[in-house]
Amino acid sequence: MGDKIATRDAYGKALLRLGAENPDVVVLDADLSKSTKTAGFAKEYPDRFFQMGIAEADMISTAAGLATAGKIPFASTFAVFAAGRAYDQVRNSVGYPHLNVKIAATHAGITVGEDGASHQMIEDITLMRAIPGMVVLSPADAVETEQLVYAAARYQGPVYIRLGREPLNVIFPTDYQPEIGKAVTLREGDAATVCATGVMTEKALIAAEQLAQAGIQIKVLNIHTIKPLDEAAIIVAARATGAIVTAEEHNFMGGLSGAVAEVVVRNAPVPMEFVAVQDRFGQSGKPAVLMEEYGLTAEAIVNAVKKVIDRK
Amino acid sequence: MLSEAKLSELKEKARQLRADILRMLAAAGSGHPGGSLSAADLLAYLYFYKMRHDPGNPNWRERDRFVLSKGHAAPVLYAALAEAGYFPKTDLDSLRKFGSHLQGHPDMKRTPGVEFSTGSLGQGLSAANGMALAARLDGIDNRVYVLLGDGECEEGQVWEAAMTSVHYRLNRLTAFLDYNRLQIDGNVEDVISFKDPGSRFKSFGWNVLECDGHDIVAIDQAMTAAEEYKEGPSLIILRTVKGKGVSFMENQAGWHGMAPKIEERDEGLKELGF
Repeated sequence: MGDKIATRDAYGKALLRLGAENPDVVVLDADLSKSTKTAGFAKEYPDRFFQMGIAEADMISTAAGLATAGKIPFASTFAVFAAGRAYDQVRNSVGYPHLNVKIAATHAGITVGEDGASHQMIEDITLMRAIPGMVVLSPADAVETEQLVYAAARYQGPVYIRLGREPLNVIFPTDYQPEIGKAVTLREGDAATVCATGVMTEKALIAAEQLAQAGIQIKVLNIHTIKPLDEAAIIVAARATGAIVTAEEHNFMGGLSGAVAEVVVRNAPVPMEFVAVQDRFGQSGKPAVLMEEYGLTAEAIVNAVKKVIDRK
Repeated sequence: MLSEAKLSELKEKARQLRADILRMLAAAGSGHPGGSLSAADLLAYLYFYKMRHDPGNPNWRERDRFVLSKGHAAPVLYAALAEAGYFPKTDLDSLRKFGSHLQGHPDMKRTPGVEFSTGSLGQGLSAANGMALAARLDGIDNRVYVLLGDGECEEGQVWEAAMTSVHYRLNRLTAFLDYNRLQIDGNVEDVISFKDPGSRFKSFGWNVLECDGHDIVAIDQAMTAAEEYKEGPSLIILRTVKGKGVSFMENQAGWHGMAPKIEERDEGLKELGF
C-alpha cells in the first residue's frame, strides 16, 4: 500500500487520458469542478468541457442531448445532487432512452464529513439501480476507479459511477483489470462471505485478517459493479460458505445489501447481516468519527461475520 | 420566401395533421388534442418546408433536430412524421396501444424520427442545447428546434436551460413557445401567474420574436428574423389557440387531455373539411 488517493482524484486522472484518446469524450460539471476533479479536463480540453452552473437537472438533460449526437458525456457533481436532485432527469432523459451518458458522482456516503447530512448521499445506489438498464459502479480504490472509468467509456449505455471525497489506500496492483459485472474474489474462505463495495472493501480485508487470526477463514468479494450484479459469484459464495455479510457506506435499504439479498433469497437462502447505514441520515463530523458512529468499521464487519456464522 | 403554391401546400398539410390528430386520438380513446392542434401549423411549416431532414435516413448526421419538449402533444408529432414518411400512416391507429411504437409520449428508441424522449416536462430545451453543442463541436451547420408549452415554463429546468442556451450563444437553436394560455387546471395565469413570457426570456438574454402561431407566413417571417440574429438563441412566441381548428375544442382547458368520441371526431373532421 502506497499513498492514499481519493477515488475522485483517480476519476480526474482517467478523464485526462480519455480526453486524449477519444475526441467524443466531453465533460459537464455543475460548479464543482475543483471538487469533482473535472477541472483538469476543463483546462486541457476547454472546448469539450461544459460548465453548467448550479443547475444539475439541466446538466443531466444536456448531457443526454450531447449523447444523442454521438458524444460520450461524463456529467459530474456530488452524488446527492446527481442521483437525488436530478433523479427525474437521470430517469427520463438518460435511463429511459438508454443514452450513452456517464454520471460520475463524487462525495458519496458519510465520508463527506463536516458538510453534514444534506451533502451525505446514502441512497444513491438504491435510486440508480432501480432505473432499468442503468449500470452502477462503486470502485474501492484509485486503481479500480481509473480502470472502471475507462470501462464505462467503452460501454454503450448509461453508467452511474459512485466516487468518494476521502483519500483511500490503494489496494489493487497497477495491472489490475476489473470487468463491469464481474465480482472480484479478494480472499478465499469457507466460514462466511463478505460482499463489500467502495470504501468498505479495504475494511472487509482488514476484518478478514483479524478473523483469520482467530481461526475463522472468510471469503471476501469486492462488488465494484452493483448492477448488473454478478449473481453467479454470489450464489457460488452463498452455497460454499453458507452465510453472507454485506458492507457498504450506504443505507442498507435497496443498496448493496438489498441487491445481494435479492439474489440470495431466490437462489441460495442463507443467513445475512448488513454492515451499512441503518436507515438514518448522516451528520457533521470527521469521516473516521462518522464511520465509527454509523458502524462502518472493520470491527463491525468482524462482529457481523461472527453473528451470521452463529445463525448458520 | 414562401411561394403561394408552397403556402397552400403547407396549409393543406396542417389540415391533414389536424385530421390525423382527431382520428388517432379517437382510436386511442385517450390523449391530448388541445396542445396538439395548437401546434399543427408550426409542425407543418417545420417538417414540410423548413427542416433539413430525410425520412428515409432518420439518423442522417447532418439533419436538423426537432425536440417536442411538451411531449404530451405527441399526436401532432406522430402525424407529421407519418405524413413525411418516417412510418406508415396506418400506424397512427395504434397510438397508445400495447405493442405500438407510438407511445403515449414520444419515445426516441421506438419511433423513427423522434429526436428525444419527452413527457416529463421541462427537459427538452436542455436536451436541445446538448444537441446544438454537439453540432458545434462536430462542425455541423444544422439547426435545432424545440417546442415548449406555456404551462411547461412553470418547470424550473426550463429556466436553467434558458441560461445555458444564452451562455453558450447557441445561435442555431430556435425555441418556439406554444402560447395557447391554457393548461390542465385552467388559464395559465390563474394557475400560477405566469405572465409575459417574452420579457422573461428577454431578461435571460434571448432574442424574442412573436407572431400568430396559426399564420404560416408570419411564422416564416419570424424564423427569418431568428436566423438573422447571430448573437445567441431566439425564442418565437406563437400566439395560438388551444384546440385550433375544431370549434368545440378551441380555448377549452377540458380538451387538454381528453380524446374525442367517434361522433366528436366526425364533427371535428367535418369542420376541417373532411
